[in-house]
Parts: sequence; structure tokens; C-alpha cells
Amino acid sequence: MAGKKKEDSQTFEQQIARLEEIVARMEKGDAELADSLALFDEGTGLIHSCGKLLDEAEQKVVRLMKGADGAPVELPFDTEEEADG
Amino acid sequence: MPALFFVQIQKNRKEEGAFVDQPVYQVSQVNEYVKALLDGEPILQDILVRGELSNYKVYPSGHHYFTLKDKDSALRCVMFRSQAQRLRFRPENGMKAIAQGRISVFSRDGAYQLYCGGLSPDGVGDLAVAFEQLKAKLLEERLFDEAHKKPLPRYPRRIAIVTSSAGAAIHDMLRILRRRFPAAEVALLPVRVQGVEAPAEIAGAIRYANRWKVGDLIITGRGGGSMEDLWAFNDERVARAIYESELPVISAVGHEPDVTISDFVADVRASTPSNAAEIAVPDQMELLRWLRGAGERMAQAEEMKLELCRRRLQTLAEKRVMKDQLAFVQDRRMLLTHLQQRLGDLSEKSVGAKRQKFSSLAASLDAMSPLKVLGRGYAVARNEQGILKSYRDAPPGSRIEVALGEGSLECTVEKGRP
Repeated sequence: MAGKKKEDSQTFEQQIARLEEIVARMEKGDAELADSLALFDEGTGLIHSCGKLLDEAEQKVVRLMKGADGAPVELPFDTEEEADG
Repeated sequence: MPALFFVQIQKNRKEEGAFVDQPVYQVSQVNEYVKALLDGEPILQDILVRGELSNYKVYPSGHHYFTLKDKDSALRCVMFRSQAQRLRFRPENGMKAIAQGRISVFSRDGAYQLYCGGLSPDGVGDLAVAFEQLKAKLLEERLFDEAHKKPLPRYPRRIAIVTSSAGAAIHDMLRILRRRFPAAEVALLPVRVQGVEAPAEIAGAIRYANRWKVGDLIITGRGGGSMEDLWAFNDERVARAIYESELPVISAVGHEPDVTISDFVADVRASTPSNAAEIAVPDQMELLRWLRGAGERMAQAEEMKLELCRRRLQTLAEKRVMKDQLAFVQDRRMLLTHLQQRLGDLSEKSVGAKRQKFSSLAASLDAMSPLKVLGRGYAVARNEQGILKSYRDAPPGSRIEVALGEGSLECTVEKGRP
């Protein structure tokens, strides 16, 4: 599960970048067979985790207000459009 | 006429005979009189005058002094500080302008002038002039430099939106962001987007977003409106806040044709708020398609890799050594046998030669053997010192041994003879 953890700690952007790198490397075809199998596994994992993130994403919207100490305080924001069916 | 005039007339009559019948006035009296006349003229109390600005001066007091002129004539004008502060553009010499105000006399100088209440550029609106002026100024200060523009994050995690929480703009943006890339969070920093407070609020929110890093990208803007409505985004404070922002900024003001100073300073200009949302995030449908494609490309690459390996294996497998595992050993064994044979041949040859040589050497050794000589009847005499070769080696009376072909004799020397 070490591989899974690594994927989680990476940002979406880093994961996509790594995936691009893996695909390019594999298409170049100069990796050892064992390495390319490992790349394939890693790439498949990335595709899975990125796809999952996209599929499951729900927009989160907050309204920021300046708190007493100056730090932002998150308040809910109604994203529904009024009167617009 | 007041009494003062009468006294004055009396006095002058005595001194100047030529003007006996005419009243003589003080300068201030004349100026006051003219002033009273002009001030009583309704048309001059609120008049619009068109002309070209010249000799424009801003005094440290904050009052503006200038001359309005046309081809044939000039009119002195003054605009007091309180009015001048309300100017929305910077008047410049040579500019065609329409001044509004009243004509009156400045008694001290005996000059009449236009007391200007308002001034606006002739032909174009004052906002248009102000826009051009600020644009020129910031361009000069290199606030629009391409080199300063920051790239947008490809996949923003959190987008800070500085706009009104009430307008259509925020909802347009949220709808498109939700449709395209819901993974990006949105943090709204609500501000007023029009009115005198708006510029300070917008600039403040942009700085606040940077200070607290509330997102990795800022979108600021508002929906369409008149030039006045959009004016906050032509404010220098907003422009500078955008310029100084460390987070990339997308400017999204009004409709397509509307261009504001914010658009020039921002890292990216969007034509509308909706367009800003489209620019800010990738389309997740495309992204998912790409992900699927990436999987297929990897599988294909892997397939090819395996095929290539398989083919190489095949080629290798077809070689004899791989086909028959014993062949290698057999080959080696044959070689070994061959070598042994050769070694055997060689050693045999060499031993034979040595043996022959030994025989011949042994024969000559045999021929030279003293035993053989003794056998022929010779004898060898010796004592403890060795073989006797002279009569002197063995004095009379000493004992010697005489070796014969067979056995030996122990003898005593009787006598020596040279």
C-alpha cells in the first residue's frame, strides 16, 4: 500500500505530470522489461487515482470573511442560482 | 451714489480742472462695480465654455489655474481645490475641454475669469480620457510587461474569486467551474464592484488573498455594465494590487468588447466572467478522455515491449546452444579429448627423444668408466689423500690401497723410484 500512499500525497498536477512522464518513457521503449512492467503498474495506479478524483469530485464553494485576528474564516455560500430555473 | 463718491468728486474738481464735470472713482470702486454688473448677469452665472486648455498650472494650494482659448481669444479660469479633486482625468495643455462655471471679477487684479466648477474633455468623455491617461502611465511604468505575467496553474486546487456575491458573474463562474472541473475548490472574497468604495475593496481583497494564500489562482471581475459601472477595474489601486499579486490573476470584466486597465495588468485577460472560468480550469471530460488514452497508450507500449522481448527470445532460442542443452558440454568434451590426445602425443614424443639421448649418454659414460679400464688390467693406487699420481705421494712405509679390476690390495710401500 506504499504506492497508494505516495499517490495520495502527490497533488493532482504532480500525478498527471508523472503519468505523462511514464507514458512517454514507455512509448520510447528503452526501459528494461522489469522496469517497464513497474512503470505500467505505477501508471495504471495513477490513472485510477486521478480518474477517481475526477469522478468523485464535488464542487466546494466557501465565502471568505476576515476573522477577528485577520485570518480568513470560511462561511457557506449558496451556489444555487436564484430564480434561474 | 454713496457719499464717498461725492467727496471724491469735490476733491478732484479742485485739483484737475479738465474733469470738472465727471466723477472720478477708485480702482477698487470700478472693479467692484464691474463685478456687481457681471454677477447680476444670469447667463454668466452658469455657463459652459468650450476651448483649448493652455498654461495649465496646479498650485500647491490645490487650486488649478489655466486659460481656455480659441483661435481668437483667451479666457482666464480658476478651479478651486474642492472642485479640482473631483476631476476624473488629468487636464493637459492642448486638450479640448468644456468648462462649466460662472464668470466673475477677481477684484485684486481687475480681471474677470471663469470660476470653474467642472471640466470635461470635449468630444470624448472624461472617463475615456482618464482611461487613456492611466493606461499610458502604467504602460510607461511597465505594469503591462509580458515578462511579468505569471503562468496559470494547470489544475488549480483552489480558486479565489474577488467579485460581488450578488451579481450574475459569480454564479456564471461557479456553474462553469462545476461543470468543467469540480475538483477545484472555490473561495469567494465578496466585494463591491461599483461605487466609490469598490476599488479599495477589490484591491484589498486581492492583497488579502495573497497574504493568506487562500487559493492558487485569483479571478477578479464583474458582469457587464456601463463604463461607469466597470470603472473600479480602471482604478490605479486595483491595477497595482493585480500587478503586485504573487498569485496569478485572471481579469474578467464585463462583456467581450469591454477592456479595462485590469485586463492589461492581469496575467490573463478573459472576455467575460464565464470565459475566465473556462480559462481557469481544464475540462474534466477531456482530462478523463486523456487518462483513458494514457492507459491505452501504456498498454500498447507494454504490448510492443513484450512482443519485442518475445522476438529476441525466439531468435536466441533458435541458436544450437539453446536448442540442445548438452551440445555445449559435448562440444567442450570433444575439445578436451582432442587436447588430451595432443598432449599425449607431445609428451610421448618428447620422452622418446630424451630416452634416446639418455642411452647414448649412458653408453659413452660406460665407455669412460674407470671400472672398464681396470677390467683391462690397469690398477689405481690411492691413500687417504687421494689417487696417487707420483711416487712422492706415497713415501716408503706408508700404506696404500690398490684397486684392481676385481677387488683391491692393502699394501705397504717398500721404496719409491722416480
